[in-house]
Amino acid sequence: MSLLLNEEQQLLKDTAKEFVQKNAPISHFRELRDKEDKLGYSKKLWKDMAQLGWSGILIPEEYGGVDFGMVGLGCILEETGRKLVPSPLFSTALVGASILAIAGNDKQKKEFLPKVAEGKLITAFALEESSRHDPLTIETSCKKEGEKLILNGKKNFVLDGHIADLLIVAARHSEVQSKKGGIGLYLVDPKEKGIKLSKMNMVDSRNACRVILKDVEINKEDQIGELEASGIIEEVLDRAQIGLSSEMLGSALEAFDLTLEYLKERNQFGKPIGSFQALQHRAAKMFSEIELTKSSVMGALNAVDENSNDRARFASLAKFKAGETLHLVSNEAIQMHGGVGVTDEFDIGLFLKRSRVTEQIFGSSNYHLERYANLSEY
Amino acid sequence: MIDLQTFREETRDWLEKNCPKEMRKPGDVTWGGRNAYFSHPDQELWLKRMGEKGWTCPTWPKEYGGGGLSKEENKILQEELFSIGARPALASFGIWMLGPALLEFASEEQKLEHIPSIVQGKIWWCQGYSEPGSGSDLASLSTKAVLDGDNYVVNGQKIWTSNANFADMIFCLVRTGPQEPKHNGISFMLIDMDQPGVEVKLIKLISGKSPFCETFFTDAVVPKANLIGEANKGWTIAKRLLQHERSMISGMGLSAGGGESKKVSGLAELAKKYVGVNNGNKLDDPILRSKIARHDLNSRAFGLTMQRMGEEMKSGGPSSTASMGKYYGTEQNKLRYEIMLEAMGVQALGWEGEPFSPEELAITREWLRSKANSIEGGTTEINLNVISKRVLNLPD
Repeated sequence: MSLLLNEEQQLLKDTAKEFVQKNAPISHFRELRDKEDKLGYSKKLWKDMAQLGWSGILIPEEYGGVDFGMVGLGCILEETGRKLVPSPLFSTALVGASILAIAGNDKQKKEFLPKVAEGKLITAFALEESSRHDPLTIETSCKKEGEKLILNGKKNFVLDGHIADLLIVAARHSEVQSKKGGIGLYLVDPKEKGIKLSKMNMVDSRNACRVILKDVEINKEDQIGELEASGIIEEVLDRAQIGLSSEMLGSALEAFDLTLEYLKERNQFGKPIGSFQALQHRAAKMFSEIELTKSSVMGALNAVDENSNDRARFASLAKFKAGETLHLVSNEAIQMHGGVGVTDEFDIGLFLKRSRVTEQIFGSSNYHLERYANLSEY
Repeated sequence: MIDLQTFREETRDWLEKNCPKEMRKPGDVTWGGRNAYFSHPDQELWLKRMGEKGWTCPTWPKEYGGGGLSKEENKILQEELFSIGARPALASFGIWMLGPALLEFASEEQKLEHIPSIVQGKIWWCQGYSEPGSGSDLASLSTKAVLDGDNYVVNGQKIWTSNANFADMIFCLVRTGPQEPKHNGISFMLIDMDQPGVEVKLIKLISGKSPFCETFFTDAVVPKANLIGEANKGWTIAKRLLQHERSMISGMGLSAGGGESKKVSGLAELAKKYVGVNNGNKLDDPILRSKIARHDLNSRAFGLTMQRMGEEMKSGGPSSTASMGKYYGTEQNKLRYEIMLEAMGVQALGWEGEPFSPEELAITREWLRSKANSIEGGTTEINLNVISKRVLNLPD
C-alpha cells in the first residue's frame, strides 16, 4: 500500500482545491448561515460539483458515475473540509451512493444511481436514534402487512434529512432480541404519509433533522437488497467514518494554517507571539498530530479501495485520530487567537463548532477507541 | 540492473548458503572493531560474509565496499533477511551515523580509507558530541583542537559517549576557531582512541548499567588528514549527522510496536498475562485497556507516518521531519514502558534475584533506559524547537 497520491489523484486534489477556493470559500458558508438559508446549501454549487463528477465519484461507470474510489473522494472531502463547504457530498455521494451500489438490486441501482451521479437526487441515511452513535440499538420497526411494509419509529440527527429526495431508513425487521442482526434498509419517499421532519438547528449551522415515522406504508420492493443488512451497514459506516475523517483532516489543516498565520502577524511585547516558546512547542505538537492523522486517513482510504481485511480497524484508527486531532487543534486555535478567537467575525470559531459536530457523527474518538480494542481482541 | 524477481531468487539462494543456522534466531549482535567480541563463531562468519558482500550497508556505493543496491533491491534483501529470521550481522554507529555523513562530506581519500572498514566492521566507532557544559546547546562546545605542524592537538572532555570503553575511533566535534561566532568555529574530526592522550571513564546509570562514558582528551594527537570537510565548517556536518541519529532513534519507536498490524498487540498480550480477562474476554482493567488501545492506535498512526515520510523522501537522506519522528517515537517508547509497568505491578519493579523472571528484570532495566530516549540525540524540547523553526517557520 502506498501512502502517496498517484498522479491522477493529485490532479483531482489540485482541481478540488482550486474549485473550492474560487467557488466556495468560507464566506460562501457564512452567507448561507447569515441569511438562515432554508436549504443550507447552494443548488448551483452542487450542480457544478456534479458536473465535475464528484456526486458520482463512487458510482460505477455503468450507472453514470466515474468510479474513482475512496482515495479520490477523500481528496475532495479534505478540500471541502478546509473551507467548511456545505453540500450533499457526504450524505449522498458517499453514504447514499455506497448503500445503493453495495446493497441495491439491479432495478434500484438503475433507477437511483444515475440520478445521484447527475446530482439530481439527494439521499439521507436515517440510522441513529439516540444522542450518541449506536448503530446496533435500533427500535424503529418494519412490519409486514400483506404486500405492504409498515414503518414506525423515531430517527435522530439525520444528515441532510430535510432536503433529501429519498430517505434510507434502517429498521428492525424481526423481533429477535439479539443486538446484532435483524436490521434491514428501506427506501422511503420523505413526502410519504406519516412522515414528520423537523430540522435540527445545529451549532455548526449544517443540515440535520429529526424524522418521525408513524405507520408509514411502503412496498416490498422498497427494501434495499437482501432482508438482512447489518453487514452492509457496517461496511458503509466504515466508508463514512473514513470519508468524514478526510473532511476533518482538511478542517484541522485549515484551522492550523490560520493559526500559524496569526502567530506570525500578531505582535505583543514588541515581537510576533509566534516567537514565544510556550506557543511554539504547542504548535509543533499539533503539527505532529496532524501528520499522524494524515497517514491514518490515507491508510484507511486505501484500505477501502484495496478491499483490505483490516478495513474496520483502519476506519476506527482514522476516525479516532481525526477526532482527537481536530478537537485539539480547534481548541488551541481559539486560545492562540486570543480575544478575537471568540468573536463571530473571525472564521476560527466556525471550525470549533464544526469540529464538535463531526466528532459525534458516526462515532466519537472514545467510541472508536473501544471498537479498536474489541476488534483487536483484548 | 537485473530484474527484481531474479534478484530475489539469487538473494534467497545466497542467504540459504551463507547465513549460518545459529544466526537465524534472536540473540546479541556484534559491534565488530579491532578487538571484536563474538559470542559464537558463527557470528564472526556471518559478519565476514555479509561484510565482503557489502550487505551490512546494502545501499552504499560498491566502490567503497557497499552493496550498491537500489532502494527496491534493498527492500527485497531486508524482506528475505526477515523471512529467515536472520539477525543483523553488525551493529554500528559507523553504519547509522558516520558513514552517511562521510559519503556526503568526506574527500575521496577519506572515503576510501574509512568507509570499507565501516562496512566490514573493522572499526568500532563512537560519537563525541556532548560535553558537560554543552548538552542541548551543543554549539557552545569547548573541546579545542590546535594545529601544530601536520597534527591537531586536542584538549577537553566529551560526555555520554556510548561504548567509548570499547570503541577504536571517535568522530568528534571540536573547536578550532575560538574567535569565531560559536557555530562557525567548529570542526568535525576523526580521532583514534588508542593513544595516551585519550582516557575513558564509565558512567553508572539509573538502570545499573554503564553504556555511556566520559572521554578525556589531554594533548591527544590527530593527523590533519582526519579533518572532515574544511576547518570551522563542521557544524553543517554535525547537523546532518544528527538527522541520521534522530532517524535511527525514531526507528526504535517503530520496533516498539509502531508497525504493528497484527490482531493482538504486544502490550495487550503482556497485560492479559498479568491482569487477566473478564467473562467478555476483555482485559480486566478497563482503564489500562483504554491506555493500551490509545497507545496502539498512536503507534499504528506513527508507523504509517514513518512509512509515508519514507516514501516522500527523495534519495537525499533524512529530512527535517526526522525531528518529528524522534520526538514522537521516543515519547511513545517511554509511554510503552510505563504501560508495561502498570500492567505488571510489582513484578516489574524488581532489581534482581529469584522472585523475578529474567524477562521481568529486563523490562525493569529497559524502562529505566527508556528515560534517556527523549534526551539523547536532541531532547524532545530541542526537536520541538526544530519543528517550530524549520518546518513551521515560526519567528525567533
